[in-house]
Formats: sequence, C-alpha cells, structure tokens
Amino acid sequence: MSLTILNAVVAVVIAIAFAALNAAYLVWAERRGAGRIQRRPGPNVNGPLGLLQPPADGIKLMTKQLMIPGGADKALFMVAPVLAMAPAITSFVTVPFSDTIVAHSMNIGVLMIFAFASLGALAILFAGWGSRNKYGVMASVRAVSQNISYEIPMLITVITIVMMTGTMNLKEIVAAQSGGIWNWHIVPSLSSPLMPISFLIFFICSLAETNRAPFDLGEAESELVAGFHTEYGSMGFGLFFMGEYANIVIGASLITILFLGGWDCPLGLFPGVWWFLLKIYLLIFSFIWIRWTFPRTTIYGLLNLSWKILIPISLFNLLLTAGLLKVF
Amino acid sequence: MSGPIQIRSDETFTLNVGPQHPATHGVLRVKMQMDGEYIVKAETVLGYIHRMHELMGENRTYPQVLPNLSRLDYLGALGYTHGHVLAVERAAGIEVPERAEYIRAITVELNRVASHLFWFGAFVMDLGGFTPLMYAIQDREHILDMLEAVTGSRLTYCYYRFGGLYNDVDDDFIAAARAFLPRMRKSLKKYDALVTGNIIFRKRLEDIGPISAEMCRKYGATGPVARGAGIDFDVRKNEPYSVYPEFDFDVPVYHECDSLARYKVRMDEMEQSLRIIEQGLDKLPDGPIMPKKKPKLIKPPKGDYYQAVETARGSFGIRIVSDGTKNAYRFKLRSPTYSNMSLFDEACEGMMIMDALAMMGSLDLVIPEIDR
Repeated sequence: MSLTILNAVVAVVIAIAFAALNAAYLVWAERRGAGRIQRRPGPNVNGPLGLLQPPADGIKLMTKQLMIPGGADKALFMVAPVLAMAPAITSFVTVPFSDTIVAHSMNIGVLMIFAFASLGALAILFAGWGSRNKYGVMASVRAVSQNISYEIPMLITVITIVMMTGTMNLKEIVAAQSGGIWNWHIVPSLSSPLMPISFLIFFICSLAETNRAPFDLGEAESELVAGFHTEYGSMGFGLFFMGEYANIVIGASLITILFLGGWDCPLGLFPGVWWFLLKIYLLIFSFIWIRWTFPRTTIYGLLNLSWKILIPISLFNLLLTAGLLKVF
Repeated sequence: MSGPIQIRSDETFTLNVGPQHPATHGVLRVKMQMDGEYIVKAETVLGYIHRMHELMGENRTYPQVLPNLSRLDYLGALGYTHGHVLAVERAAGIEVPERAEYIRAITVELNRVASHLFWFGAFVMDLGGFTPLMYAIQDREHILDMLEAVTGSRLTYCYYRFGGLYNDVDDDFIAAARAFLPRMRKSLKKYDALVTGNIIFRKRLEDIGPISAEMCRKYGATGPVARGAGIDFDVRKNEPYSVYPEFDFDVPVYHECDSLARYKVRMDEMEQSLRIIEQGLDKLPDGPIMPKKKPKLIKPPKGDYYQAVETARGSFGIRIVSDGTKNAYRFKLRSPTYSNMSLFDEACEGMMIMDALAMMGSLDLVIPEIDR
C-alpha cells in the first residue's frame, strides 16, 4: 500500500518536473527559434546561449506583485491561471514515453487527456470574464467558440483511430503501430486510406486547441491587446504562459502517440524513449516554425475552416474507416 | 467575407481602442460602439499629440520652421521637408541647381521606400505575422545608413535647404545606392513569396475594408488609399514638381478598393521608386548644390503660395500666405493621413473589429502627422 503511494508521488513529481521544465525551456526554444527565423540572435546574454533566461524570467515574474483589477471577480480571477496549468500537468500522468516509462497506464487514457484538455477552455473563459475587461471578454468568447469547434474534428479523428486499434489505452495504441514506419497510423492502410489527411486535421486542430498562431485569436495582440490575459501580471501571467507550453507538449505527445508510432523507430530497430522525445520536439519545432511564418486568421475564417472543411472530411473518414473495417 | 450583418442596437457596448493600443501605432483613440465583434459606430478622437506646428510656422522664420516639418511624419520625413523648401522656393523665387534637385529626388524616393518598408512590416504585424517586420527593418536599415551618411540623421532629417542641399552626396553614397537596388528588388520578390501569396493573408484582405472612389473624393483621401480605389492621381505625375517629369515611372492603380489593393499599390510603388532612384543615379549631373545667389534673409513677396508634393502617404500640401516679412502670415499644412484617416469612421461601420483594424493598418496612419 505504502509502496503504491510512494510510486504515485514519484510519478506525480516527475510529471510536474517534466511539464514545468518543458514549459520553461520551450519559451527559451521558441525565442531562440524565432530569433533564428527573424535573423536576430534571440536571448543570448544570460548564461551560455541564453540558457539562464527562463529562470531569470521566472524569478522576475514570481517577485512581482499580483494585481487584481477593481471590479474583477476575485475567485474566478485567481482560479483561472491555476486551471490553465493544472490539467496540462495532470495529463502527463497517462502519457507513455516508452514501453516502460509511464506514470499510470489507463484504459481510458485518450478520454482522460481530452477531458483535461477541454478544461483549458474553461480557464480562458474564467480569465476573460473574471478580469472584467472588455478585451478579455471578447477574447475569451472567441477562444471558447474556437476550442469547441476544433474539439469536434479532433475527437472524430481520434474515434477513427480507436476504432482501428480497438483500445483507448495510449500504450496499446502505440503497440499496435510497432515494427517500423509502415505500421504507423500516418501511413494509409487498407482499412483507412485517408490517414495522412486525418493526421493533417489532427495537427491543425492541435494548433487551434493550444491557441497557437495562426489560430491565436484568444490573445490576438494587435486587436485585443493581450486577449484573455490582458489584466494578468506576475505569476498569473506566468502560469498562463507555462500552461500554453505544457499544452503544446501534450498536443505533440498525442500526435506522436496516435499517428507517429510513439517510441517506435522508423525502421523498427531500437525502440525507446529517445525516439518519442525526438518526435515530439520535431513537432514542437514545427509549431514554432508555423507561428513565426503565418499571419493570424480571422474568427469567421477559423470557424468556417472547422465546420465546413475539417468536420465533414473527418466524418467522411470515420464512415469510410468504419465501412472498410467491416469489409477487411 | 463578413456577410450580411444584423445589428441589435439594444445590446451594444463602448470599446476604447487607444490611445494606447497596439493596432493604432501611436496615440490615436477610436471610440467604438460595438455589438459583439461588430462595429456599430466608430468615432476617432484626435489631438493627443497636437503640437501646433501651423502656429509655430507663423511665429518663426522660414528656415527655423524647416526642422519642424520632419517631425510631422517620422517615417517619411524627407518628403515633408521637400514640400516646405519647394513652397518657399516658389514663394521667394529661388533657383535650384539641377544636381540638388536630382539628389532631392533620389533621397526622397529612398525615404519613400523606407517608409513603405516599415509600413509593410507593421501592417503584417497587425495581421498577426511578426517575422516580416524584422525582414523589412533590415532592408530599411540599409536606407537609413545611406541617408545618415549624407544627411547626418536617421529619422528626422533636415537635409534640404532653400535653394539646394546642406551636403553633397559622395561616391560612397552612390555606390551604396547602386548596390542597394538589386538587393531591394530581390527582397521585394521574397516578400511577394512570403506574404502576398500567403492564403491566410489574402483571405484577410481580399474584399475586406472597401473604400470606394466616392468615399475617397468625399474625404479628400490621396496617395495609395485613393490609388487602391482606382483613382489615378499622383502629384508627381499630375502636378509635376522638382525633376520628376524627367523620370520614367508608372503610377500603380488598382480598382478592387479593398485592403489588398492598397497593399499592392504600396508594394508596386516601392518598385517604381527603385526605378526612379536608378534613373536619378544614371542622370545625376555635376555642378553646385546651392545657387550662387541666394537672399540672406528669406522674405517672400506678398502673396498666397501653395505647393503639393507626393509623400509616402499621399498628397501633402503647404500653403504659405506671406505678408512680405520674414515670418509667414498663415502657414497651413494639408497632411494626407488626416484625410485618409477621417474616412475610417464611415468605412468601418458594420465591420468586424479585426477586419476594421486590418483596414486601419492599410491606411498607413502616422499619428504625429494627423495631429501636427
């Protein structure tokens, strides 16, 4: 009994440490990457390659006073940043990094991650509403409608995969793809010839779900100042920031697990945790790359994309896969 | 397209965009009556950095007010000082050597390219793309370096004098300008590939923010805003001044009236400016840069004088009413952005806020020039 509690504590500590470290150093990676893309050095003063920049930022944010604007809903205002960060960390508990490295392998792993991911929309809504700022309210309404409309194609795509593998356990989904790149879900198979398109849909939806550019309508800084976190300073802002990056890691992990074979090597040799990490960091790099290349979409363009293009295609794919699974 | 809009006027709220807001690029305030994301009514509020340049022009001598003109529009300052020296030269009847006029044209066009480059970057940033700004600023940096070498300043130039120039250009400047032309042409191609062809970018601008020719005439809009609405008017062609008749260049006109048309006008204008600079460098004559005879104290004879120039933002006019003394009796500035901005209230009604702010970006507002 005590051993299981100890195990759980260790797992939680590792999950938090992994999420927080990633969140902090992805900020650094993003700024360095943006610097490279924009032909400038990026942060390079604090420590070698600017590696001490995240701790410096953290100290700065933590030592600042947390201001609560007058007329704000105090409870919602304080809860929102925590709600942005906590579900993202919790989701790491069920992410399998390799065959053996997983905090808790659950049979409903996929469902749990999506359940927690939708809490992020609630955090944004609380933040925008609670801070009693017109920009904040507008941004949070935008972000919520965006999250709702992008969760649908995302979930339909996931259902396709769950149908193919017959399990919701993330570990078993990866196991179903082992043995080389030709077994991965991104490659079209007999029962699901449209998988590359599903991958694209899922990728776009992950961008939208994490409120990343070009879908960063919730914080559209040239229109809504800073969107839902306009009124946040100090660590409240810091938590939103870290939550965003933790969500990106979760999104990249999910793409890797569902489509790219998790910890499987492309040639079927030496599977292991390094393959998993390599894949998620490549995906995160592509997120950064996209953010610094594309301008922002409009809110109606965004909703049109989801309801008129992504949802019909993913529904079609679902029906096709269901039919073909019956045939083969 | 935003489609047909039904405005429920009983559920509106007032949104203050500015005076400190990332989209207004300065201290412009727009009071917006909003219905959700739609703008019911907008009212621009000016005057946050009003500095009474016109009154200063009446209380100071003509040379003393010259540096003020470059404080109007800090992005295309040379165009404004050019207008002032041309107006005073016309009033006082001062002859300008040909070399000085050529150098003026070259530097003004360089400044126009720099201004459009900065606008390009800021505009794409308004749309959420941050990277093109950095590329544009790097290209602009070359121009600023060149202009700094001859004019002595980087932003608020005071380079022209009544009758000529303060400083002659050297071989280094000419070599740098010649080297700049192919580099800039290459950059323009790159911007075309990176930004103009981007589907998100096009979707955000095509058919968005229509400004018709009638509206331009009603509010007196000039420059790229009017040319994007199909009005073929460029002061350099229609009321030629300086040595512009000597140059072979086109005036880009687009008839779509949307934000993309205004964007394209400016991008094409940069190419045309490069053509002018190239021809100017080829034709640059030798000779003095100041006239032999020039009055020590500038006292234009009694009369009413007007001079318009095409700046990066449109037609900039200076009206000088002289009573024969060393100060102007009336010093009136017609700044293009003021007219261009005044149509914003009417044009943005019924638009979504993000489209309206994209349209505002396409007007190329420089606030100190509106407030003067």
